Amino acid sequence: MIDDSVIAAVATPAGVGGIATLRVSGEKSIEICDRVFRSINGKKLNDLKGYHAAFGKIYDKEQPVDEAVCLVFRAPHSFTGENVVEITCHGGIFVIQKVLRVVLENGAVPAQPGEFSKRAFLNGKMDLSGAEGIMSIISSQGEQGLNASLNLLEGSLSRKIDSVAQSLIDICAHISAWVDYPDEEIEELDENNILDTLSSAHNELKELTDKFDSGMAVTTGVEAAIIGKPNAGKSTLMNLLTGFERSIVTDVKGTTRDVVEETVNIDGCILRLSDTAGIRDTDDTVEKLGVERSREKIKRSAIVLAVFDSGDELTDEDRTLIDLCKEKPVIPILNKSDKETKIDRDYIESTLGRCIEMSAKNGTGLDELRDRVTTLLGTKNFDSNAAMLANERQRQCCLNALSSIEDAVNTLKSGFTLDAAGICIDDAVSALLELTGKRASQAVVDKVFSNFCVGK
Amino acid sequence: MKYFAKKYDIAVIGAGHAGIEAGLAAARLGCETAVFTINLDWVGNMPCNPSIGGTSKGHLVREIDALGGEMGKAADANTLQSRILNLGKGPAVHSLRAQIDRRMYAGYMKHALEMQPSLEIRQGEIVSLEKRDDGLWYLATNLEAEYSAECVIIATGTFLGGRIYVGDVSYESGPDGMFPANKLAEELKKIGVPTRRFKTGTPARVNRRSVNESILEKQFGDERIVPFSFDNNSKIENKMHCYVTYTNKETKKVILDNLDRSPLYGGKIDGVGPRYCPSIEDKIVRFHEKERHQIFIEPCGYETEEMYLQGLSSSLPEDVQLEFIHTIPGLENAQVMRTAYAIEYDCVDPTALDASLEFKDFGGLFGAGQFNGSSGYEEAAAQGLVAGINAARKVKGLSPVILERSGSYIGTLIDDLVTKGCSDPYRMMTSRSEYRLLLRQDNADRRLTPLGHEIGLISDERYNKYLHKIELIEAERKRVMKTVIPPSEKLNDVLVSRETSPVVSGVRLSELIKRPQLNYDILTEFDTDRPDLPYEVFEQVEIDIKYEGYIKRQQAQVNEMRRLEVKLLPEDIDYDSILGLRLEAREKLSKIKPKNIGQASRISGVSPADISVLLIYLEKEERNDK
Repeated sequence: MIDDSVIAAVATPAGVGGIATLRVSGEKSIEICDRVFRSINGKKLNDLKGYHAAFGKIYDKEQPVDEAVCLVFRAPHSFTGENVVEITCHGGIFVIQKVLRVVLENGAVPAQPGEFSKRAFLNGKMDLSGAEGIMSIISSQGEQGLNASLNLLEGSLSRKIDSVAQSLIDICAHISAWVDYPDEEIEELDENNILDTLSSAHNELKELTDKFDSGMAVTTGVEAAIIGKPNAGKSTLMNLLTGFERSIVTDVKGTTRDVVEETVNIDGCILRLSDTAGIRDTDDTVEKLGVERSREKIKRSAIVLAVFDSGDELTDEDRTLIDLCKEKPVIPILNKSDKETKIDRDYIESTLGRCIEMSAKNGTGLDELRDRVTTLLGTKNFDSNAAMLANERQRQCCLNALSSIEDAVNTLKSGFTLDAAGICIDDAVSALLELTGKRASQAVVDKVFSNFCVGK
Repeated sequence: MKYFAKKYDIAVIGAGHAGIEAGLAAARLGCETAVFTINLDWVGNMPCNPSIGGTSKGHLVREIDALGGEMGKAADANTLQSRILNLGKGPAVHSLRAQIDRRMYAGYMKHALEMQPSLEIRQGEIVSLEKRDDGLWYLATNLEAEYSAECVIIATGTFLGGRIYVGDVSYESGPDGMFPANKLAEELKKIGVPTRRFKTGTPARVNRRSVNESILEKQFGDERIVPFSFDNNSKIENKMHCYVTYTNKETKKVILDNLDRSPLYGGKIDGVGPRYCPSIEDKIVRFHEKERHQIFIEPCGYETEEMYLQGLSSSLPEDVQLEFIHTIPGLENAQVMRTAYAIEYDCVDPTALDASLEFKDFGGLFGAGQFNGSSGYEEAAAQGLVAGINAARKVKGLSPVILERSGSYIGTLIDDLVTKGCSDPYRMMTSRSEYRLLLRQDNADRRLTPLGHEIGLISDERYNKYLHKIELIEAERKRVMKTVIPPSEKLNDVLVSRETSPVVSGVRLSELIKRPQLNYDILTEFDTDRPDLPYEVFEQVEIDIKYEGYIKRQQAQVNEMRRLEVKLLPEDIDYDSILGLRLEAREKLSKIKPKNIGQASRISGVSPADISVLLIYLEKEERNDK
């Protein structure tokens, strides 16, 4: 139903290796592979049992392409839960691309990113957080991130959420027994015990949401804004971090009109950097738009690099800027440290914390900046083996559960009856089951549609 | 020789709690109805506990009443003692229970059936049942009278293929020494109704004169009695009381020493017993660490000395029963009048039924009560009412009434039965409902009376009375929201003594009522303009205000669930053709034929992943149609 199409994609990383594997999945995957593969002993793949392999050659019509081993998986005992053939042949981009092309010419379609995991999820082979873990491997950019994603796939998030959910379900069960059997001398629930359980559930979930930004920083990367008044050296800093001349660097104030974006990897932590137009009251409509965009950008960013020209006096523009970003994780940078210092450093530090002295032009202070970034985002001592939330959907579920738990605690503390607290706890459990996909809801399915581009 | 006796619109087999409601509802909706019973002296018999209501069961009775059923009125008219259970645990779980005079109750119900226009009650065992080419069902009694009906409601309780077990002794029997319905059991198998064996049990009864009442803890009824029926006009009084006692180490030892003589533990009974209503030997085996179990000694009637030992259900041999009963304080010299027994009977796999309680594969055939795999008088009556209503609607060519899960315990009960099925006798519990705070016993009339009126079982007079009550509630709610109580030393003394914060300026009455530490009664002297209204009106206003936030929250849960309920699954859907569904899910979905995604999601064996597959299938179909 989901799709009767057969999908194919190269499963091993691009590049030159000893061998490469093409994965083909779908009800008719074995038939399609039989059209392009001829085994040494003449046996059809279709006659093989699951987990059996055959050696032979891949043919493009009558033209042999390469020697190959075909491994057959029979539904539902495969990664996707469908029939799957894995064709392993000699490495090298040309060969494997050619094999892929032959398979596509014989009826398969190219797999979309994450489509194998989508099918695995839809066929009940993995829960939603597992599928999302795979999605995040696909888009994972850093090495630490790959680890954390693998970890999610192995279910450490599911396990953690399940154990929190179970502790809450236990409370509900006890409440139920206590009200359903008034004649059975069921021990009255001690409110303090319930509060203890709620508070430890709260702590565990809080830890997950607190670590969310660090997790994002090592997997898909987080937004980082470089802000500063015109010509403070933002573009130079960006170029220093990216190693490319991406922004237009001139001495004319306000030359960076658009937000320029670039991804950089700082000690395993991925920043999606953007250089913004200087913040300045201006009548120039083009630039005004740029200023508005900068404000927006600060709001969206997980971290802000605030650049000041240490050779200038602190201006009103600088103060506006300090005001704008003081609520954010921010690193104040005193640029142009090679010049004589005129800026009011104490003022900046009283609001934004310790400054870094830098010269973006010649690269001094870069190590300190790297250190501050990883510390501030919590990626410095990031434990890639701990459970973590992989995306905004999971974070939202966690936040919902947290707020329901808080409501339950307030309900009990204000002297309400257990039945009212129970309703809040039920809500928390639902949110957690929704997180792991163990409770089907329209929200989960909407997410499936948007994340996995299901349908036509 | 067989003769044709009469043609009815609807025939009900059985006059227990299900059969009574089914028969009355069908007749009240204008159908010519017959109710057949094996023994006319025990219409509405209570072969087990002499009480009605209890946790969640009390809710069922009030819902039955709000829809126009009879059980609540009958209970009110024959109450020996009344209590609300779970007071102090919150309004969502308050449950009304009353001790009932069982002989009086049976007499009341027999008379109600006798007095009902369009209804005939007839003693006779139904021995055959078949649907003929004319589309009518034909049923015959053991005295060879044949009847026809458009719809037949099976409400056979524990009579169908009934077999009693007491230790090593077993014999074919219905409850309380009545005949079993053996031929009908065979007949149903013959036409292909999927039956299976369940069992249930009942404790011993003792003579009050042999009970040492002086040493026992007494349990009295409530001072302010809440009737079951919203339509009750007479005063109900506590006439009798119960006693509480406990089993002890000695009891436990006697039972454990003789466990091998239990037909259950000896493997003689195939039937599956109720997990939620276990025998004393079950309780002792399963909760081994528990040193004592609570036993209630309850009167069976005003004009009998017979007393019921709640909590001592057993199928151990008679001599063992006597021995363990005599270990219990107060029962040392108890004279047992009736021995405890287990009874095994045929019932149907309820997933063969639609939520209307009509068989999916047998048009015009309905099931209700214990026959559907439930346990308990209240569960039976609730189903009887729904089966009666829907059989009548079928005769009249109307669509069936399906009660929502989010609107009533009755809806929850039926949805559970026909969707999830049951592997042991199904007992209602408050935890079966996801929406306890909405489905309270105190608001059953607000939830269901309009529907009862629309169906035609609630008279215009009663409906107008109900509308008046709703108006009073609304007016009082408005008044309470508007009324401002000035600060005073006296008020603050009361607030502080109730451990809630004092006020410095005028405060709305509603704000005070919202505080969990306060209620209407406490605030009486400060609420000088309070109108003279019935207690029920104040109660509704207080709960509405106090629990407002939680009620909204639960309503949001209902709305979320509804999003799945409105996604209808086409009747002709071929689950085998939907790739991605797991095999188990395909089988279950094909068998149960859920009406919508919400119902499908509650089928055990259908996983969230299967539901995603179904949702995506529907989505694709919809896009294809466009």
